[in-house]
Amino acid sequence: MQDEPTPTELIKAVADFLRNEIAPAIKGHNGFKLRVGINALDLVTRQLALAQAGDTTEAARLKALLGADGTLMELNRALSEKIASGEVDLTTPGLPEHLWQTTMDKLAVDQPNYASYKRELGTK
Amino acid sequence: MIEPELTRCVASFHPGATGVTGAAKLSGGASQETWTFDIVHPSGNVGAILRRAPPGYGAAPGRAAGLDAEATLMQLAHDAGLPSPKVMHVLTPEDGLGRGFIMARVEGETIARKILRDEEFAKARPMLARQLGRVIAGIHGLPQAKLPQLRSLTATKEIEDLAREYQSFNWPRPVFELALRWLRDHDPGPSSEVTLVHGDFRHGNLIIGPDGVRAVLDWELAHTGDPMEDIGWICVNSWRFGEIDKPVGGFGTREDLFAGYAEAGRKVDPDRVMFWEVMGTLRWGVMCCGMMQRFRLGPDHSMERAMIGRRASETEIDLLRLLAPRGK
Repeated sequence: MQDEPTPTELIKAVADFLRNEIAPAIKGHNGFKLRVGINALDLVTRQLALAQAGDTTEAARLKALLGADGTLMELNRALSEKIASGEVDLTTPGLPEHLWQTTMDKLAVDQPNYASYKRELGTK
Repeated sequence: MIEPELTRCVASFHPGATGVTGAAKLSGGASQETWTFDIVHPSGNVGAILRRAPPGYGAAPGRAAGLDAEATLMQLAHDAGLPSPKVMHVLTPEDGLGRGFIMARVEGETIARKILRDEEFAKARPMLARQLGRVIAGIHGLPQAKLPQLRSLTATKEIEDLAREYQSFNWPRPVFELALRWLRDHDPGPSSEVTLVHGDFRHGNLIIGPDGVRAVLDWELAHTGDPMEDIGWICVNSWRFGEIDKPVGGFGTREDLFAGYAEAGRKVDPDRVMFWEVMGTLRWGVMCCGMMQRFRLGPDHSMERAMIGRRASETEIDLLRLLAPRGK
């Protein structure tokens, strides 16, 4: 067992330091790059917090939709093939809901400030 | 330093020029660079832009029109009275600057967030969509006989190009599959009219001033094809920068854009525009995935590219909003 602090705590401490102490002092292109870097650390923090629960429910939905077992990658490949062949489509019970939930869970990690995501959070 | 070569070069096309000053690289990938500089002249300095592939770089990559074609198109647009920089000089081997061209520098803003939020553009924003409609119509009306050699593109070919590129990533994306399936099922077939298509008509490639659009830039993706492609592309949500209820670039309505296009004597086909908006959304998503590939495999191992890979999911939610909207 690895010791504390957790990866999440470490990354968050570094991101907060860069955001609060360093970013105000850096101008120009390096300032832009620093903000991208801070965004990346924030994304990793969100992924560490959210991805496991999201992946678990995604896998459960995929197994129910496909009636098959496998890794998340295998299940997504199988669903992709069925959509491409037309075997399942938006009229297939559960498919729109699955695609929406999976996409919302990705945005919660990737870009929670994206306007389309914020709008859809409110219209669920 | 680039200034000695530029000094020799400007003297050849701008009589009386005594040199150049303030040369600075604005952007540059491995194969293409943009520089800003001033031509020094006794009657006043002239702002200029150099767009070039440095010496040693050969033909343009796959989809690119090529710098010579870009110069020709920019000059054609300028001659037709469209907002387009004047092309001052096309580089020759004697210039020792590589391939490319020098154009007049147009002052203004290209950064979307400033155009959409800053007070100085408040008066321009409500009129931009209509104005851009007229400009796109002008581009589509440029004389076919004068166009340089360009690749031609149809909806069917673009779907297959995107599918092939997506498959090359070997990473399953059910939402992209849904979009590809929808595009194949709704392929409108060849356009009844084939025109010049700018190919990348959106924020970043438009110089905007307080008075409206001042210049259309970056003809790198120009081709011939369905004119509705340009109109769909500028409606893609990725170019609204948060202003998602204003479909044209986050500043205007489709109605205004279409009206401007019609004022210039051309007709919009809204169904085809919608088709190309879906295609454009998927295309930007595939481009985001491509950035991630180049981050992992290529020489450009930058954070920015890596993080753009994580923006592909933005296009997935936008595709779902277009193809599988949820009840309010």
